[in-house]
Amino acid sequence: MEAGDTLQVKDGVDQETIDAVKEVSTYKYGWDTDIEMEYAPKGVNEDIVKLISEKNSEPEWMTSWRLEALERWKKMTEPKWAMVDYPEIDFQDQYYYARPKSMVEKPKSLDEVDPKLLATYEKLGIPLKEQMILAGVEGAADKPDGERKVAVDAVFDSVSVGTTFKSELKKAGVIFCSISEAIKEHPDLVKKYLGSVVPVSDNFYATLNSAVFSDGSFVYIPPGVKCPMELSTYFRINAENTGQFERTLIIADKGSYVSYLEGCTAPKRDTAQLHAAVVEIVVEEDAEVKYSTVQNWFPGDENGNGGIYNFVTKRADCRGDRAKVMWTQVETGSAVTWKYPSCILRGDESQGEFYSIAIANNHQQADTGTKMLHLGKNTKSRIVSKGISAGVAQNTYRGQVNMHPRAKNSRNYTQCDSLLIGDKCGAHTVPYIEVKNNSSRVEHEATTSKVDDDQLFYCRQRGMGEEEAVALVVNGFCKDVLQALPMEFAMEAQQLVAISLEGSVG
Amino acid sequence: MLKINNLHVSLEDEDKEILKGVDLTVDAGTVHAIMGPNGSGKSTLSYVLSGKEGYNVTDGSVELNGDNIMDLEPEERAALGLFLAFQYPIEIPGVGNMTFLRTALNAQRKARGEDEISATDFLRLVREKAATLKIDSDMLKRPVNVGFSGGEKKRNEILQMAMLEPKICILDETDSGLDVDAMKLVANGVNALRNEGRGFLVITHYQRLLDHIKPDVVHIMADGKIIKSGGPELALEVENNGYSDLLDEAS
Ligand SMILES: Nc1ncnc2c1ncn2[C@@H]1O[C@H](COP(=O)(O)OP(=O)(O)OP(=O)(O)O)[C@@H](O)[C@H]1O
Ligand SMILES: [Mg+2]
Repeated sequence: MEAGDTLQVKDGVDQETIDAVKEVSTYKYGWDTDIEMEYAPKGVNEDIVKLISEKNSEPEWMTSWRLEALERWKKMTEPKWAMVDYPEIDFQDQYYYARPKSMVEKPKSLDEVDPKLLATYEKLGIPLKEQMILAGVEGAADKPDGERKVAVDAVFDSVSVGTTFKSELKKAGVIFCSISEAIKEHPDLVKKYLGSVVPVSDNFYATLNSAVFSDGSFVYIPPGVKCPMELSTYFRINAENTGQFERTLIIADKGSYVSYLEGCTAPKRDTAQLHAAVVEIVVEEDAEVKYSTVQNWFPGDENGNGGIYNFVTKRADCRGDRAKVMWTQVETGSAVTWKYPSCILRGDESQGEFYSIAIANNHQQADTGTKMLHLGKNTKSRIVSKGISAGVAQNTYRGQVNMHPRAKNSRNYTQCDSLLIGDKCGAHTVPYIEVKNNSSRVEHEATTSKVDDDQLFYCRQRGMGEEEAVALVVNGFCKDVLQALPMEFAMEAQQLVAISLEGSVG
Repeated sequence: MLKINNLHVSLEDEDKEILKGVDLTVDAGTVHAIMGPNGSGKSTLSYVLSGKEGYNVTDGSVELNGDNIMDLEPEERAALGLFLAFQYPIEIPGVGNMTFLRTALNAQRKARGEDEISATDFLRLVREKAATLKIDSDMLKRPVNVGFSGGEKKRNEILQMAMLEPKICILDETDSGLDVDAMKLVANGVNALRNEGRGFLVITHYQRLLDHIKPDVVHIMADGKIIKSGGPELALEVENNGYSDLLDEAS
């Protein structure tokens, strides 16, 4: 097979899929966009990797970086230690590249983007016009102009559709663009940092991602700059049988600050789809990064058909002293979640925080948690994990806290709470703790509870329906984490908690 | 308004009858008190009326304004105006008291086909009602009943009742555990809600509360039945002589 012009256009979406999408579902992002796409042929091999690189008009160094990753990946096997169980994935039976035809000639501005694509994001409530604000933010309209600005990079299947507020951000010295653009426009920064936090050979999925990633976001905040607005990336998988392999790289230079939001959805489909992302964050001296995720990939139907297999490697490296990073995640979607956003606390007095809500309903399986690697002196980490299981779902918190010999006087506090709805689901807590010096302290608290019938009755006596009552009680259970979210996401997250638990009682 | 007819109730889990033929009618605009020894079935009656799970109604009926409510979900009964002030109010960690109130109020409004209350109207209303019950803004923000003292929990129940403006209010030992001043606050809260359209069923062990809330009718419940009904003087009799004479009389 030859790379180059061998792109094939897939036939229109088949009737079965359309029907599946139409089916009544509580997943409200399950519709798809009927748009002409071009695909790379199925499978992953040298030609495909070269093709993706070529589609992105990448320089040669990038192509060889990818090819090296592919060579390594071929020798690796899928990790099996997580508490998730799914059918064998045929990695050669996937599309690794899909882009809307209208994106072949990259539009110069959002005005030139295919209206169908813009409509997709509008329907999702994602503002791609700069005067728009995020939908669903209570009171946002009352805020004075500018206060609620959120810049958005919109990624549709394998490509970035566009990025808002670029020029305003540029004035502040902030670079916010798609990673494919950064590779071309800012090669020195990309060369310096790409793969420096998550090495190419880190793990099976990260290595695969290194070979085939197609797009994602790039952020650089120069020294001393507080990013003037929230940055966000919205990932939408639309095409069928297509994996999304995004790559995000965030660099917060000395003394800078940025808050970054990530959201994701996908249409309802019968067959499972692969998503393997890598996010790397570099935090220099005195810099601070907040990274929030609302992960709402299609979870599969009530019987466990379809859904996204979400294998994600996210890691932040606090390289400088007093660097700070905070991960907040609301994981409600995906059929399978395998995700451990981690902090390397290399700088002295650096701090890592991880706040997580993971909901698994119906047949969903979540194995998620964090790693706190304390290398510097006086480093601090805090983990707050709230796992909610309903239906026949399995929810595992897997966390690792490591205090290295040099990490004197370091502290970790872990709070890990599980809530069960019904008696067919499971919650598991797997903490690994390793302390190699005697001045550091690790605290771990874990609780498991059930949604209490008395609480539900109390709410219902006051007039709430059963599902509303469950949502209220669960939102209360998650409060510590919801509070850690930026306002833009907190409302959405609360509603999402309610929606993803629909059908979990009664 | 509330018409309980020969109500027989047993536990779902064990074969044990708790209510053995309760007959009771509360007319709009009246206050009925129920007294009776521990374990006679007063709380069970309040739970069954409000639709709690775990009980089997084996005979009899309950009508609220002419509708049979026994097949309705708890929230449907609430929307029809049935309110229960719990003997032991439930704690809901992480859920702010105001959020809870607003969610409840809007749920009821929605069920009745009314518009949601605006944020400003709600705030004004809740502040006004809370002030009369001496509930400060801190308590309004705290999670529902978490860390509240016994008396605070009871006042909070009355606040919810005042906000929801139910048609039939069932108070299960709302006076227990209250100091003298709190008791007056609660009684005033109840009296403020008294009107010709609203009925009350007040479960209590003490005459004290009934000094402030003058009942129209007093019922004595024993072993799952109303064994005697009368005027306010019946409560005084219990206060002075206990239940033994009444129980003997009934058997
Ligand atoms: N779920 C249950 N399981 C077992 N027994 C129960 C249950 N619910 C009620 N009972 C029994 O039913 C009887 C009536 O209880 P109930 O709580 O209604 O009494 P009460 O009149 O409210 O008493 P008190 O004045 O002490 O509040 C008691 O003997 C109680 O033990
Ligand atoms: Mg009782």
